[in-house]
Amino acid sequence: MGMAAVPAITMLPRASFAQAPATSAVNTTGLAVTDTEVTVGILHSATGTMAISETGSIQAEKLAIEQINAAGGVLGRKIKFIQEDGASDWPTFAEKAKKLLVNDKVAAIMGCWTSASRKAVLPVVEQYNGMLYYPTFYEGLEQSKNVIYTGQEATQQILAGLNWIAKEKGAKSFFFIGSDYIWPRTSNKIARKHVENVLKGKVVGEEYYALGSTQFNSVINKIKLTKPDVIFTDVVGGSNVAFYKQLKAAGVDLAKQPLLTISVTEDEIDGIGGENIAGAYACMKYFQSLDNANNKAFVSAFKKMWGEKTVIGDVTQAAYLGPWLWKLTVEKAGSFDVDKIAAASPGVEFKGAPEGYVRIHENHHLWSKTRVGRAKLDGQFELIYETADLVEPDPFPKGYQ
Amino acid sequence: MFGDYSIGDLGSIFVMQGFAGLILFSVYVLMALGLAIIFGQMGVINMAHGEFMILGAYVTWMTSNLFQAYLPSLFSGYFFLAMILAFLASGALGMLVEWVLIRHLYKRPLDTLLATWGLSLMLQQAYRSVFGAREVGVELPQWMLGSLHVTDSIEVPINGVFVMCLTVLITISVAYVLYMSRWGRQVRAVVQNRIMAGAVGINTEKVDRYTYGLGCGIAGVAGSAFTMIGSTGPTSGQLYIVDTFLVVVFGGAASLLGTIASAFSISQTQSTLEFFMSGSMAKVLTLLAVVGILMLRPQGLFALKVRK
Repeated sequence: MGMAAVPAITMLPRASFAQAPATSAVNTTGLAVTDTEVTVGILHSATGTMAISETGSIQAEKLAIEQINAAGGVLGRKIKFIQEDGASDWPTFAEKAKKLLVNDKVAAIMGCWTSASRKAVLPVVEQYNGMLYYPTFYEGLEQSKNVIYTGQEATQQILAGLNWIAKEKGAKSFFFIGSDYIWPRTSNKIARKHVENVLKGKVVGEEYYALGSTQFNSVINKIKLTKPDVIFTDVVGGSNVAFYKQLKAAGVDLAKQPLLTISVTEDEIDGIGGENIAGAYACMKYFQSLDNANNKAFVSAFKKMWGEKTVIGDVTQAAYLGPWLWKLTVEKAGSFDVDKIAAASPGVEFKGAPEGYVRIHENHHLWSKTRVGRAKLDGQFELIYETADLVEPDPFPKGYQ
Repeated sequence: MFGDYSIGDLGSIFVMQGFAGLILFSVYVLMALGLAIIFGQMGVINMAHGEFMILGAYVTWMTSNLFQAYLPSLFSGYFFLAMILAFLASGALGMLVEWVLIRHLYKRPLDTLLATWGLSLMLQQAYRSVFGAREVGVELPQWMLGSLHVTDSIEVPINGVFVMCLTVLITISVAYVLYMSRWGRQVRAVVQNRIMAGAVGINTEKVDRYTYGLGCGIAGVAGSAFTMIGSTGPTSGQLYIVDTFLVVVFGGAASLLGTIASAFSISQTQSTLEFFMSGSMAKVLTLLAVVGILMLRPQGLFALKVRK
């Protein structure tokens, strides 16, 4: 460590950043920090199945980094990023995370999308003491010193939405349908407990289809037979498109049959087609159509950088928070050291968040509002409801396990 | 589970479930036909089948965009033109691939598996580079959306009916071409004995190229039709490949009738089971049944009888 600091000190007289603190002071653990630059890693799938979803996150993180640099960087240093491709393959994610931490000595990693990739990367960031900013809403049941979860965990996302629809639509009976893996199953477990114990309603069906399944006619018939007040869905990926197209084709009118989804953002609607999903309710923390000054600036900057036609979903916005929260935390800690950042994270607030305002909780998740939007024909959501206060993140919810 | 429902409800659900099964059957036949020709007739294990389908889907998407931009008045009929273009595009790509890649591998059928798998990866990345990583939404004309009201409680999806008609049409055409036409006789002659077929004056290279092209072209039409029920993205083809091979292998590779019989039995089993248990379990049981039957009858349901 001392060795790494020596060349930095010899360079000091040349550095023009008078206000920037000395590298030896802000980087005691040998991270890739120079007098003028700090390196972070971006680790998402740019190829493979998940590229569909992760492209938006990559774009958002690059935008945030560019904006931070334009505003003077972090502790007087410009952010440089190294992008690695996880290629939708979980062992590759772990390998690339190790490369970023061990070879490139990045100060933080913005990355991962699926829970599977996060679970693969988690032991690596813990072993080599890195910092991961993870953007996706996920099933909870996890907490780490080395991870900041900028998306919502399951109870944050689900409970407020269920409460709203129960009150607004007088819903008593629910039909759950999801893709068959950990996130939908955990989310539905939480939803079922809430429906049965808190809302005193009934779950009339709970169905799972293999990832990538494209045939939903049978389950749609079951939905027609059981006539639930609400269809609650967490179907993901290509199946999503098939599900809504077939639902529409089977004559289910979403204007009359309430449907609440926790897996469809503006990104997904691009593939589904607005006409197939118009009228459905989605429960998220962010919609592109949110009407506030932060969001308007964010949306126009995003479109300027990535094209008029791009849409911005919940996860894309959460990915945008990552670099900003890291910058704010570094400035609060006055250091790039991972241990100091992990300790300084709780309480860090970001007032410029497109979703409004977020704050990091003791458990490294974010306090955030939960919102319900109704899908429109043009592929955007119309905000219908938002919680009055920030919802507390609760990754290990008591009574829901 | 039926206690709470009226007889009328149950009746209409059974009718609709019957339709669901028939639609699944049509989907299976449609996606397997192209492969049945390529794998069944030529012995080429075409792992890129799904990508040929998705090429058809992308062609459909581009056609729909073109019509929206330049010929909005004819938009309601664009789908028919799109299917023809999908057939031509996938067929042409198939013939090119046969010429560049496959024809060198006829004596090493197992290597076609590796080669076409590589091809499928290259095509996926090509789609991603050209059309972007995100899925595209194919806009359909109004008349193809929604459902037909048969009675108050029975509704039949229009896209399902469309797929069924298309499947019947294509199956009959393929059967006609393979079993009635002169060219079909040549194809079957080459399948049975390549050397003898060449000796009696059949241009086996040409027959191979057109057969492969036909198989890929049909995959393209299937992909085009599936824009109505599924997603269109660079890797969407992967969603179909397992089911497709399942249907073809279970049916007995070289038999068109076998493919149809196998699609029927798999789709009916699956759709019935799906109704009585969860989707994942239905799939597991269907696969188990198929594995069991294939262990007893490795040649599949229908095997071509030839003198060995």
